[in-house]
Amino acid sequence: MRRNPIILSAALVASLSFPALAEIDLSGSWQSKNHEDALERGAGPNPGDFTGIPFNDSGRAFALMNSQSQLSMPERICAFYSQWHLMVGTFGMKMWNETDSITGKTVAWVIGAWEDRAVMRIWMDGRPHPGKNAPHSQEGFTTGVWDGDVLTATTTHMLTGYLRRNGVMTSDQATMITHFIRHGDLLTLASEIVDPVYLTEPYYITRTFVNTTNLMSSGGPPCIPGDEGVPVGSVPHYLPGKNPLVDEMTNLYGIPREAAMGGAETADPAFRDKIKDKFKTPPKCQKNCGGPPAGN
Amino acid sequence: MRYRVWALILAAALPLVAQPPRGRGGRGGPPPTPEAMSPIDLTGYWVSVVDEDWRYRMVVPPAGDYMGVPMNAASKKVADAWDPAKDEASGDVCKSYGAPAILRQPEHLHFTWQDDRTLKLETDTGTQTRVFHFGDWKAPAGPPTLQGDSVAEWEITRGGRGGPAPDPNAPPQGKGSLKVTTTHFKAGYLRKNGVPYSENAQLTEYYDMIREHNGDLMLVVTIVTTDPQYLREPFIITSHFKKQAANDGWKPTPCSAKW
Repeated sequence: MRRNPIILSAALVASLSFPALAEIDLSGSWQSKNHEDALERGAGPNPGDFTGIPFNDSGRAFALMNSQSQLSMPERICAFYSQWHLMVGTFGMKMWNETDSITGKTVAWVIGAWEDRAVMRIWMDGRPHPGKNAPHSQEGFTTGVWDGDVLTATTTHMLTGYLRRNGVMTSDQATMITHFIRHGDLLTLASEIVDPVYLTEPYYITRTFVNTTNLMSSGGPPCIPGDEGVPVGSVPHYLPGKNPLVDEMTNLYGIPREAAMGGAETADPAFRDKIKDKFKTPPKCQKNCGGPPAGN
Repeated sequence: MRYRVWALILAAALPLVAQPPRGRGGRGGPPPTPEAMSPIDLTGYWVSVVDEDWRYRMVVPPAGDYMGVPMNAASKKVADAWDPAKDEASGDVCKSYGAPAILRQPEHLHFTWQDDRTLKLETDTGTQTRVFHFGDWKAPAGPPTLQGDSVAEWEITRGGRGGPAPDPNAPPQGKGSLKVTTTHFKAGYLRKNGVPYSENAQLTEYYDMIREHNGDLMLVVTIVTTDPQYLREPFIITSHFKKQAANDGWKPTPCSAKW
């Protein structure tokens, strides 16, 4: 076969003198290490631990009324796991791109579902978000753009869900914005939730996942409801001021209640000055203490 | 004939390929300095947003609370013997302010260029200084230090140099990152309650900047500590900071073993 020197040369020139698009490959299996917020992402946070959450009064009041037993209601057993669960859940991510069969261009990046979190399909083809009154779903609607080699995804139209798995909720008006930042085998997700109903300012968290050659499965459809014995017509909850677990965290860790109840100022380093004289270091960890597994 | 076509095309391409980075030194001039090459501007003041691992960072966690750290048995043995009063007595109050732990403190950061190939990072909490050396820097001989020896390099996104003129309105994310590798630091604590790292540990960090929905400029630092002596696998955490317009809240405080 004869090679056309003009075509070859043009390709050479193009590859050397013009910048390649900075989009990068995010596909693969990404393991969650859970080295930070390990309890929150694993067994679940302590009741009444709202530290660092930029609550408004409604958000705090709603969280204090919440009973985890709501998850035993058949109609709610699968609820509350919005796309934010990607950031606060325990699992890794299976990620791939879907391409246009003719052009080969990436139409969407996809993060596979877990049993309790719906698939996240990040549309890259420029389609707009649905209108304000369009139906919401657990999956929500996500679009993405590349900023250099960082993928920024914006998710709207989610149902109400957990911000933290102890009753701290997001409303269905929340918007989630996630930046996917890859450094070799590390994929850092920097995510924020903007929620005009329950938060006074954006809530930011960051997580890092590690690429693995172990094939990660992508479960779904999410969650199967079952009967866990909650009587029909009963909604487990606590009346205002009656939450019996409100001091569980403060008692365990010697943290004053004003810190445990959250608010934007609790995430500010200056807040330490406010609680310094009220904090009492507990003598010894009592539960959920971690440490090496036996034999290590 | 074929060779003539090749020669003509390559000759036409060479000036394009040989372009220096835009606006950064002319042809034949000295190579651009790390400061001039920086794809992101880290200089200025930043404040921690402490909404992760709150009770391990804002207060002192109880003895024996090791949740999340991939410790081994040797590490647990050391941590179980943690005694802050003993650290105070021996003058070792800064053990949780060393390079692998300092960006986990609730704090303000201040980045400045010490010179055009040395970036300085100061913290108010613990009053620590880290120095990031670019280029062919050789660490001086001597005993290990609290902040160790840090070598820095820019990871510049393809198209970031020699490409089209940068859009001044483009967000900082995706233009590039700072990678810092730190070794030769003194043993210390990953957490305030005595979870140890050894002098054999190595620290790798990636500094990325992102512009948020509301205009907030965030610094995201991915922190990887590898320690064959005390960790079963690399300890991987990510800290984030918000950019400040000025030095509001900057309040240098000394190290403390008990707070």
